[in-house]
Amino acid sequence: MTRLRGAGPIAFFAVLASLPSFNLAHWTINLLIFTLMFAVMSSAWNLVGGFAGYPSLGHAAFFGIGAYAEALWFSHHPVSSGYEPFLLLPAIGLLAVVIGLPVGAVAMRTRTDVFAIVTITLLFVVQGLAFNLHGITGGSQGLAIPPAPFPAATYDRPFYYVLVGLLALAMAVTFAAMRSKVGLSLAALRGDEDKARGIGIRVTGVKLLAFAVSVGLTAMVGAVWAYYEGFIYPQFAVDPLITIAMVLMTFLGGRATLWGPVLGAFILESAQQYLAYQLGGSQVYLIAYALVFLLIMLLLPRGILPTVQDQIRRRRRRQALDSGSPTLTQPANAAATAGGGQA
Amino acid sequence: MTALLEVTDMTKVFGGVRAVDGCSFTVEPHTVTALIGPNGSGKTTLFNMVTGYLGPDSGRVRFAGQDVTGVDAGTLYRRGLSRTFQQARVIPQLSVLENLVAAGGYSWRQLLTTRRVGRADRDRAGQLLEEFRLSHVADLLASELSYGQRKLLEFAAVLMSDPTLVLLDEPTAGVNPVMIDTMERHIRERHEAGITFLIVEHDMSFVMRLCDPVIVLDQGKRIFSGVPSEVQANALVLDAYLGS
Repeated sequence: MTRLRGAGPIAFFAVLASLPSFNLAHWTINLLIFTLMFAVMSSAWNLVGGFAGYPSLGHAAFFGIGAYAEALWFSHHPVSSGYEPFLLLPAIGLLAVVIGLPVGAVAMRTRTDVFAIVTITLLFVVQGLAFNLHGITGGSQGLAIPPAPFPAATYDRPFYYVLVGLLALAMAVTFAAMRSKVGLSLAALRGDEDKARGIGIRVTGVKLLAFAVSVGLTAMVGAVWAYYEGFIYPQFAVDPLITIAMVLMTFLGGRATLWGPVLGAFILESAQQYLAYQLGGSQVYLIAYALVFLLIMLLLPRGILPTVQDQIRRRRRRQALDSGSPTLTQPANAAATAGGGQA
Repeated sequence: MTALLEVTDMTKVFGGVRAVDGCSFTVEPHTVTALIGPNGSGKTTLFNMVTGYLGPDSGRVRFAGQDVTGVDAGTLYRRGLSRTFQQARVIPQLSVLENLVAAGGYSWRQLLTTRRVGRADRDRAGQLLEEFRLSHVADLLASELSYGQRKLLEFAAVLMSDPTLVLLDEPTAGVNPVMIDTMERHIRERHEAGITFLIVEHDMSFVMRLCDPVIVLDQGKRIFSGVPSEVQANALVLDAYLGS
């Protein structure tokens, strides 16, 4: 059982790591890079929006902070080997944590819809700053990062591998949280925060921890994105659509699950690109995209993984009842530990 | 003997309502103290202030010899002051076992380094599950329990941290007569094992059977405290309940 559980992630990351060696078309790698970015960010968002139950709409602000930090640093420092911008990632993650802690401490005094509004306000404040602090951000003219001196044929690969690494990090953090009492504390506060306080759960501490780690990961993706794009503009670096994408992907795959956000990112990002390709440059693809989303929400309202887990659980219980076996309640436990329950 | 819980001159005002108005009382160790009073007399507000859910406008709370006024609920819980809620609050999407384990009152080190539900947790929670006859539902989600079972689970959960004082907010409200007896038995057993109780309750026969002393509140003030047999004879108390 334990061996089987480890096999899934290993196979997944082995496939991811080997993909570039198949000489995929440039657009495929490009699509994979964006899919990975969103997989990391959705996984990061899931720590706050899924496990802690705080629907942040401000994560794109930290994506932007990461992007600008990267661009600012390398508009003053040279890029020689091309790998320096990646070495800066831990520092950028830390910067976002330092900014995120006080922000989270204030914002997380509110909950649910109010929290969503407070955080989306944060997003627009950061976007406003990016537009207006001309001296630092270049305003609407944006900032440029010198292009990496990677060979053209394999130009995308370093970005790709760094993002695979970040996804592994995000998923490892998620897994560690789920397995430890931090995950249990987060699940408890998601279920009933006031009650959780009364049973000695370090409510403020664990939710701030989740928020800090989450925005740190998000900022690192922002930094990779800035380097990959080479140019950043305020409206794309601090973009509400990025926030929305993280939320949608996590909801689609399943909140508070390990694989949900990753699954959601792979489905939605590729669906969006595929539909854009098939339906051309007109905005028709957005309608088709919305349709896909609506259908899934209609059929699997709690997200794919929780719905599937629930059905498996129900079937097992029925079987257990039929056979009169005493392991009647086993699946409940499996579902609860795998998914951390569903809100 | 010094009091385990000492509430001095507590006041809480909501708008124009003095919910608790200069209220003082003590809970002596190893008692089952009742806190009764008509609806709106300030019992739950007082509970919320004592357990760190609500900051008082004035007044002090001392618990186990220390001033704990304004200390937050989680810290108080980890120091041994537990409470339950009127509505049997459990974490609905966690299993019964996880509900118990979550209430262990952990240090940061334990949070970060121990398993979600480790072997030691399972043993510890298992004993409580057995004591409260919930073992057969250990792996069900708390939301799947009956209301009475949820009340038992909530009570069992706050015992996970080895509390010295447990505040129960209407332990028998909304449960069937058999469950009331069960609840009473559990309180007695735990009381014998050394836990002090402070109980808000409307079921007078339950209070008279179980509690001594009894404190009576009316309009945010303490109007009586003493042995149960004197309560029913007290003119002020009769007044408060029946109106003059």
